[in-house]
Amino acid sequence: MEIVVFAIISVVATVCAIFVISHRNPVSSALFLIATMVSLAILFLTLNAPFLAAIQIIVYAGAIMVLFLFVIMLLNLRKDEFGPERKRAQRFFAILFGFLFLILIATAIDVGLSTVGNPEVSTTKLAPAGVEMLAELLFTKYLFPFEIASVLLLVAIVGAVVMAKRKL
Amino acid sequence: MLDTLKTIFLAIPKGLSVTFKYLLTKPITVQYPDQKLILSDRYRGLHYLKRNEDGTEKCVCCGLCAAACPSECIYMEPAENEFGERYAKIYEINELRCIFCGYCQEACPKEAIFLSKEYEFSIDKREKLIYTKEDLLKKGQRSTD
Amino acid sequence: MVTFIIITLIKILIVFVFFLLMIAYLTWLERKLLGHFQVRLGPMRVGPHGLLQPFADGIKLLFKEDVTPAKVNKFIYNLAPLLTFIPALIIMAVIPFGDQIKIFGQSINLVISDFNMGILYVFAVTSLSVYGIVLAGWSSNNKYSLLGGLRSSAQMISYEVSLALSLIGVFMIAGSLSLVEIVKSQDKLFSWFIFRQPLGFILYLVCAIAETNRAPFDLPEADNELVAGYYTEYSSMKFAMFFLGEYGSMINVSALATTLFLGGWQGPFLPPVLWFLIKVCAFLFFYIWVRATLPRFRYDQLMNFGWKVLLPLTLLNILLTATIMVL
Repeated sequence: MEIVVFAIISVVATVCAIFVISHRNPVSSALFLIATMVSLAILFLTLNAPFLAAIQIIVYAGAIMVLFLFVIMLLNLRKDEFGPERKRAQRFFAILFGFLFLILIATAIDVGLSTVGNPEVSTTKLAPAGVEMLAELLFTKYLFPFEIASVLLLVAIVGAVVMAKRKL
Repeated sequence: MLDTLKTIFLAIPKGLSVTFKYLLTKPITVQYPDQKLILSDRYRGLHYLKRNEDGTEKCVCCGLCAAACPSECIYMEPAENEFGERYAKIYEINELRCIFCGYCQEACPKEAIFLSKEYEFSIDKREKLIYTKEDLLKKGQRSTD
Repeated sequence: MVTFIIITLIKILIVFVFFLLMIAYLTWLERKLLGHFQVRLGPMRVGPHGLLQPFADGIKLLFKEDVTPAKVNKFIYNLAPLLTFIPALIIMAVIPFGDQIKIFGQSINLVISDFNMGILYVFAVTSLSVYGIVLAGWSSNNKYSLLGGLRSSAQMISYEVSLALSLIGVFMIAGSLSLVEIVKSQDKLFSWFIFRQPLGFILYLVCAIAETNRAPFDLPEADNELVAGYYTEYSSMKFAMFFLGEYGSMINVSALATTLFLGGWQGPFLPPVLWFLIKVCAFLFFYIWVRATLPRFRYDQLMNFGWKVLLPLTLLNILLTATIMVL
């Protein structure tokens, strides 16, 4: 059952992700990105992490992507305005970061493989706790990264306000 | 902020109470085909022409009603009968143009034309609303009966 | 396992049919009540007191010509009505409408799915329901539709934050995210969360009205400035879908308020399901009452109110709740 769901959803997620970058119409790309997010949420569900799944949908699909769509619609780009003008520097950085990302994925898979069969991190043990366990971990073991992330977000917000309101 | 709170806790409940009072009042709707409004005595509906006691038409085709009519909906052609009296050979009212002002009734020196209280006259062809003299007289018969 | 599936399917069927009927009769109730608020009678002619009016409307809409304008994005244009309607439909899955009952020796929970993060599921689904409106506005290729869509997305994002935060107090006291648990924690009249969370309740009320795009927050469909907002170009059944979605989400929000603040299905004498319905209907009545009373917000007022009044108040509510709990 889980394997079947995983197979279907992962294929859907991958195909949608490919469409995100291959589609010409920005709104369609955004829609495929939403589809990817939702299928990721379903994958979280199969991993017994309903909290993460819900948050994935609420935050990414429900809030951030709406803002994406909002901006795309406000700009209302026509076909000729985002034609094939790719800068060389852009291509260089794209390849560089793509390579780095590949390394990241490889490491993640490596770490993942090493934990297979390890009872301490198996998902079944996490399941009953859910929110409480996540909260406890966030406020004890991972307090520092948690706070760093919040500061990062705060900086982003302040930056946005400064950029938007020059005369403050 | 304080103003907003005042609105939320004072103004909105006040407004709600007003509308609630209206919810409890009896609706003034008249269920039209089943119930009808009582028309005022001075209501102006479709026209009719009157006859004399002896059955002759009161109208002498003087043309004052047509002259008084602001929407020019009355058309008439005079003729003389065997006694040499004037009468209307053709007398037509285009009820599509009529604005039901009642000036024709006021203008008439012979008290021949009146406005009835009839207001239901929907039809399926526009031509049917151009009333001839016969139609108007027939209506007069009915409203005096 | 098989009996479980059968029971669940039956429950889904019953809830589905009942939900659609409720939507139909909500339209009737709204027209009727608005009529009486304006000292009119409302629908009277189709059936006694217009009781068959919803069906007449439904048949009319079904047989209307379905117009698709030439320059729309066909796929998204057809998808958008579904995207507004389906989220409204599936929220009912987690709302408990009655206590456990026993039929044929089977004990049945009167909720389709009682899982321990029910409320998060509700948030997730409501956060998706904005897409239907936004995409309808965009794909129609019409400036009024687009403006309506943009307004609604901005509005829904702004008010969703406050909506979620206004409920945090309830979860803090109840100590659970499961809707069934929250209902069970309100077993006495004065343990209803409307008494323990009065500020939270008022905030939820306001946000809920805004979230469902109802008057006085019905800017996305402000008739007199945007024609009909995001569904200007829609006709026939697709047009009806938007309304099914809108009225459906009204019922959802009311059901959620009943569950979270008014003690759910609990009440004396009457059977639980009836209590649940009574409370939901009381809420829906309030909705229509507000619509009959208040004029529409201006767009800047709406945004100011959402971010500068509602959001600080929800945060204050959380702070107060936390302080009292610690003391």
